[in-house]
Amino acid sequence: MKNEMKLEFSAVSENEAFARVSVGAFTAQLDPDMNELTELKTVVSEAVTNSIIHGYNENPAATITILVKIDTDTVEVTIKDEGVGIENIDKAKEPLYTTKPELERSGMGFTIMENFMDEVEVISEQNTGTTVYLRKRLARSQTLCN
Amino acid sequence: MSLSMDLEQMGDVLCVRLKGELDHHSSLELRTEVERYLEQNRTMHIVLNLEELVFMDSSGIGVILGRYKQISKNGGEMVVCSISAPVKRLFELSGLFKILRLENRETDALRKLGVA
Repeated sequence: MKNEMKLEFSAVSENEAFARVSVGAFTAQLDPDMNELTELKTVVSEAVTNSIIHGYNENPAATITILVKIDTDTVEVTIKDEGVGIENIDKAKEPLYTTKPELERSGMGFTIMENFMDEVEVISEQNTGTTVYLRKRLARSQTLCN
Repeated sequence: MSLSMDLEQMGDVLCVRLKGELDHHSSLELRTEVERYLEQNRTMHIVLNLEELVFMDSSGIGVILGRYKQISKNGGEMVVCSISAPVKRLFELSGLFKILRLENRETDALRKLGVA
């Protein structure tokens, strides 16, 4: 079964929960197990939080877009902002690296995304924005399809 | 669902019980609340009870690490208890168990710190 949806919302922290719950609810069509659902919600939360804090410097007038595609046993999530962009993606992906330690950022966002997903791709251009592409194959859907 | 927190001091130990979801949004509330409490009270150690925490992301790691730094300056310890499997994974990924102690239940944690 192929299906997709698009969400567009203000870059405010109140919407972090909305974003992860919405993506989780849409992906429920693939019957993921509890662990997979938690992992998916966590990575959405990480990417959206990054856009709000780093991409937009907490500017509430800015907008974040999420595109979710599901197909048979796979979920693909694309989270896009039009913020300041990431200066050095390799550095940003290093565990515990953060540009905002004063905000008590742990620097674990990308590490968590890479651990919980099968594929993580980050495309970023300074002063244009950042797009994070995440893909995961769900175990239960795989068995159902075989 | 947002975060609700319950703070209770027993001896020199502050027990923080979290219920709900700990993300960037709610971590700001948790930081403010616990920081204020630590400024106004004589607290040595913190027990963090995560039994009713249903969601956490890396913002939670940041705020927990921040409070750990605050109490460890004065030689205090942080003990975490009743942790769920997904939250435990986040703690493991970020190496938090190298500095925090893990106990099964709140009573075990409090006993370890000599207040139960």
